[in-house]
Amino acid sequence: MDELADGRTPVHRFSALSKLIVTVVFLLTALSFGRYDLTGVLAMAVYPYLVFALSGLTFRMCLRKMKYILPLLLFVGVFDPLLNKDTWFMIGTVPVSRGWLSFAVLIVKALLTVSALFLLMGTTKIDAVCGALRKLRVPSVIVTLILLTYRYLTVMTEEVAVMTNAYHLRAPRQKGIAFAAWGSFLGQLILRSMDRAQELYASMLLRGYTGEFPEEQQKADPKSILWALMWLTMFAVFRFVPVIRVIGALFTGGKL
Amino acid sequence: MHMADALLSPSVAATMAAASAVTAGYSVHTLRKEGDTEKIPVMAVSAALVFAGQMINYTIPGTGSSGHICGGMLLSALLGPQAGFLSMIAVLVIQCLFFADGGLMALGANIWNMAFYGCFVGYYLLWRPIIRGKVFGSLSTPARIVLASVLGSVFSLQLGAFSVVLETQLSGITELPFGAFAGLMLPIHLAIGLVEGLVTAAILVFVYNARPELLCDVQDSGKGGAFSLKQTISILAVVTLLIGGGLSLYASGNPDGLEWALFGNAEEGYAENMGLDEENYGKSSAAADGAAGIQEATSFLPDYAFKDSDSALGTTVSGIVGSGIVALAAFGIATAARSRAKKA
Repeated sequence: MDELADGRTPVHRFSALSKLIVTVVFLLTALSFGRYDLTGVLAMAVYPYLVFALSGLTFRMCLRKMKYILPLLLFVGVFDPLLNKDTWFMIGTVPVSRGWLSFAVLIVKALLTVSALFLLMGTTKIDAVCGALRKLRVPSVIVTLILLTYRYLTVMTEEVAVMTNAYHLRAPRQKGIAFAAWGSFLGQLILRSMDRAQELYASMLLRGYTGEFPEEQQKADPKSILWALMWLTMFAVFRFVPVIRVIGALFTGGKL
Repeated sequence: MHMADALLSPSVAATMAAASAVTAGYSVHTLRKEGDTEKIPVMAVSAALVFAGQMINYTIPGTGSSGHICGGMLLSALLGPQAGFLSMIAVLVIQCLFFADGGLMALGANIWNMAFYGCFVGYYLLWRPIIRGKVFGSLSTPARIVLASVLGSVFSLQLGAFSVVLETQLSGITELPFGAFAGLMLPIHLAIGLVEGLVTAAILVFVYNARPELLCDVQDSGKGGAFSLKQTISILAVVTLLIGGGLSLYASGNPDGLEWALFGNAEEGYAENMGLDEENYGKSSAAADGAAGIQEATSFLPDYAFKDSDSALGTTVSGIVGSGIVALAAFGIATAARSRAKKA
């Protein structure tokens, strides 16, 4: 994600605060559509579609991110078609239930929300996001903690990977960590990490750490404000005007 | 247990975000008041450690499956509840932003379900009283650590899983009936909680043996009888039986909490309810009738009691038998899966 966020497109250059606000309003708007409002929620796809195109990110990269949330989502959603038997429309003589409609809305919402978050993090660096959080008055303790945890994540993950590798080389054909080593495996790492954290803190103090990190000052540039205002207006229109049905009615001459 | 944005309505998401924000504000305030903000590097390293530790698979003896650690209990045992809660927030925020594991709008709900229960409820209700010896005082410290970790993990995971069900239902995005959803989520998380609790316990006992001062609330060092795993496991078995049996007994006398909320309790004057008629609720479709018929005909212990028996004994026995059957079934499936894997 860090490499993606290092891009040079116009979307990457907009201020983190405006992108964060647009993302949050987008998410809230997308979630506020009723469970049968498929056309309403589909209209919201305009935002990720355009931003994917402008930022050079691909939807395929984003789809891989769905793997974590998919099990619970499918588990909850799959019962709708089974339990809601009201007829939505007929394919020949086969009725399609409204349960399928609500299931489709759930999946579309999931795709939209995961895309929006992916687009935010794929175009904005974590430092900038944390700077935006500080501007939104999130306490510095939390923001600093997120930043430092993120920094130490790679160190710890690497350490765990090395340990797991070493363990498996000594215990071939064994899938996980055996019962006898449950405690000592991560326990050893905890002991070492606690000492490391103390040293880290001492070295931070020596460099003048006072409990606050200096923040990256970002000025609110007019382009970013315009970008945010444009999307917020679009979201309001999409929410209150059934855009897809209006366009459909215009072309077919039918009713809304 | 991470919830996606799509599972929540904006109002439920906002409510949970507000609840989590208040708890986070309280935690930050407490840390500042106690001058503990210098703990931040330790908190960050611990959070990163838990994050990385969640990727380790622990083989569960006797089965082919594996488990992970429970972050909330581990962090609050090492850092205390407030610092543990904030560290869990850091873990959940990074999981959400970089791995799409749980959504941004669902962050409040996820923090509540996974960090609040483990760090505050599990800590104050179970970890502290047990570790300080207010309950089970006769046991050795390691035995108490095991007991507190397992009970804390199980309890906080059950609350978390129940909250997932409740939040999904209140968001009104699914047809899945509350009872069925809870009936699936809770037993699954009971098993997960037990494994997570045991792994957490093993880690904390190791830390205790090496550096007892790292753990919160541990006062004595090495006092008490020799620690034996057998002894602790027998305690856990008794506690499991007590919970399985005891809670069923209690449940028999009271309508289920949600049933009470939805349908009221007419005899006791709680007729004002949510406008639902119990007789007709959820029974309108032919499929539901059919399924209910099949369930009635095939269930060994319908409504968690012996057939044609309203006795409290029946309910208690069914709690115990149920625990046994679930354990046996899980073991059977795991063994079958393992033997199939070996053949393949």
